[in-house]
Amino acid sequence: MSNADQYDAIVVGSGAGGGMATWALARAGLRVALVEAGPWYDPADEAQRTQFRYPWESPRRGASTRLRPFGDFNACIGGWELDGEPFTTADDTDFMWWRARMLGGRTNHWGRISLRFGPLDFKRREIDGLGDNWPIGYEDLKPWYDKVDKLVGVFGTNEGLPNDPDGFFLPPPKPRLHELYYIRGARRAGIPVYPSRLSILTKRINRERGVCVYCRQCSRACGLHADFSSSTVLIYPAVATGRVDVYSNTMARKVDTGADGRATGVSCIDRENRRELRLNGRTVVLAASACSSARILLNSISAQHASGLGNSSGHVGRYLHDSTGASRAAFLPELMDRDIYNEDGVGGMHVYTPWWLENAQLDFARGYHLEIGGGMNMPSYGFGFAANQYKRFLGERVGGYGNGLRDDVRRFYGSRLSIACRGESVPQYSNYCELDPNVVDEWGIPVLRFHYRWTGQEINQARHMQDTMEELLEAAGGILLGGKPGPERQYGLTRPGEIIHEVGTTRMGDDPATSVTNRFGQLHDADNVFVADAGTFVSQADKNPTWTILALAWRTSEHIVEQMRQRNL
Amino acid sequence: MNKTSRRETLKSLLLAPLAAGVASTTGCATGGAVNWNALPLEYSYGRTEAERQRDRELFAETYFSEHELVTIAVLCDIILPSDHPNGGALDAGLPEFVEFIVKDRENLKLPVRGGIAWLDSYAISEFGADFANISETQRLAICDRIAWPDVEDPALQPGIRFFSLMRDLTLTGYYTTEQGFRDLGYQGNVANVWDGVPEQTLQRHGMRYEPEWLEKCVDQSRRDIIASWDDDMNLTS
Repeated sequence: MSNADQYDAIVVGSGAGGGMATWALARAGLRVALVEAGPWYDPADEAQRTQFRYPWESPRRGASTRLRPFGDFNACIGGWELDGEPFTTADDTDFMWWRARMLGGRTNHWGRISLRFGPLDFKRREIDGLGDNWPIGYEDLKPWYDKVDKLVGVFGTNEGLPNDPDGFFLPPPKPRLHELYYIRGARRAGIPVYPSRLSILTKRINRERGVCVYCRQCSRACGLHADFSSSTVLIYPAVATGRVDVYSNTMARKVDTGADGRATGVSCIDRENRRELRLNGRTVVLAASACSSARILLNSISAQHASGLGNSSGHVGRYLHDSTGASRAAFLPELMDRDIYNEDGVGGMHVYTPWWLENAQLDFARGYHLEIGGGMNMPSYGFGFAANQYKRFLGERVGGYGNGLRDDVRRFYGSRLSIACRGESVPQYSNYCELDPNVVDEWGIPVLRFHYRWTGQEINQARHMQDTMEELLEAAGGILLGGKPGPERQYGLTRPGEIIHEVGTTRMGDDPATSVTNRFGQLHDADNVFVADAGTFVSQADKNPTWTILALAWRTSEHIVEQMRQRNL
Repeated sequence: MNKTSRRETLKSLLLAPLAAGVASTTGCATGGAVNWNALPLEYSYGRTEAERQRDRELFAETYFSEHELVTIAVLCDIILPSDHPNGGALDAGLPEFVEFIVKDRENLKLPVRGGIAWLDSYAISEFGADFANISETQRLAICDRIAWPDVEDPALQPGIRFFSLMRDLTLTGYYTTEQGFRDLGYQGNVANVWDGVPEQTLQRHGMRYEPEWLEKCVDQSRRDIIASWDDDMNLTS
């Protein structure tokens, strides 16, 4: 079956990159087909709403399931495992891969942490001799970051930091009480702390979207559209132009190419009726997520592209890398028996610590930032577990039964302070995904096989994270909880893929022998195919990738429009 | 079996022994009425079809025997009794919740089933009958031995572990209900305009907002004015 329409662009994937491409291309007057493997989604639709639900509205009180690994009220449809869509790993690999199957993709539940990469983040090889430089620098991307700030909205503060650039920020919320304790600890430890930077509207930016009502539930997606989701901010306005056809529940199989090696369209499968669907397009923009876009390219085999589209260099799937992570928590006796009031705040931390040290004096190459957790969270499954365990710090007996437990629960409610670190890893050629020749998914599409191992750089970084977290938590007045993980557990380093910042599989570069796309995300091997997700990242900074995905996707889209104007496409 | 009929069955099988075994001995404030309608019949919070199907299967599944359910109810009632203004475990529908969550989380099945069996075996050896069929005094005597994790007697460890698990499930089940929210005093999950920690709380903790920090924070009286900036990235609205 073939759709007779000829689209100016077929965008595959509706997350941050695909949403931005769809919006920017449709706004420029192009006819766009948006292909999304999951269903249409709008958190304002009562049938899909999980925001403002009480735990008793779920029979499992919000507990996680295999179908909702981040909890029963989390907005993301998808997870670590998808029925009928496996992936495999090489023997020595422990890789996790989160895939969303819904309009807006993973932007429906992400942490909204919106950090620009800084000047140093594009030129790491120059600094430490490891990995590679990006072909572009901060000055190339700055105008696009500026535009993203104003279009999408992000709160934060201009601090004039050398590698954490200022922006067009909305004002941040005031710190919560546990965050004041963190600030106190950071000041004592001599470690900087600033208001966080999240794409949540603390102030109105237009008449279409709402303003934050401080429910702390961004991970459930916002019915007021007061935070950034690709669907609410980009796709609905794009669809409103009348120039976008959304193909939901439609999975891209491969990019079709003609005798000249250029793309002619995308072969898909309609997941609801299992019918093949072919879309014809003048250009193709892949934004299915770094690994899924690599998979589509590797599966797009033709006479002209025998090893997969865009893969003449053999670099599709290579340099896959995720952020590092480690976390720790403490009990703050000063937060016992606290006043109880509504302290939900925004859906995430109000304060954070960006990387503050010089790696030249350390035994690892790249930095990390610190995210702060705690407060009087809404009870859900797990609340009340080990309810009075902190009594051991007070010399009292842990355990028991009866109404005294109620006093314990109230006494320790909100007395926990936690820190999560997110760091930069060094991209490796030897960390990659490829097609598994022996396994297909239920649509007959060959699946990915992952090869990934951390190096000493990441392990040493995790050790430093643990020391920092201990220092800060104790300086804040905390009593450390749990043990400090040592070398036998790689210092608590998270598994590759676990932070869900996987990037690098179709990296950009000026040399077609060592990169997949040029500096505009355009394939070296087919000039009408573009990548608009984090696959093009040469290196993932110690920042979260979304803001850079948005800036790059907008830049790529404008490039497409410009090239079409010049009749080059 | 559909959910409603399963619920009716549970209700009828539990009411009689509970009325005799629980309410009369611990002075259950609800006079023996166990809330078997704590879980809503229909869910409307953005479920996918796969999730609906999964929940239908869970509700239809029978895992616990009558005896096991009664024992769970007795334990929940001991852990969080109903003689309290905010109600106890039985008022909050704990047995129904525990039944569901154990079926939902495969790794809980064996510890709960095995724990009940251990408890019965221990009760029989100590008092000649299983846990649900000994006196309240005898039950509490056993609980006093297994409710404290610092007890080192190796023979009691399985019971201690099981009691800790039941305490966790009971408290989490209770504090995720309206009764539990009331008991905790939870104030959130409502639309509001948050504007910082209350002054009296700051004072109580000897905290204050640093003036230079506060200066950067949102002025909530201007939240509805559309943002604009000058060319130097300064907010001008």
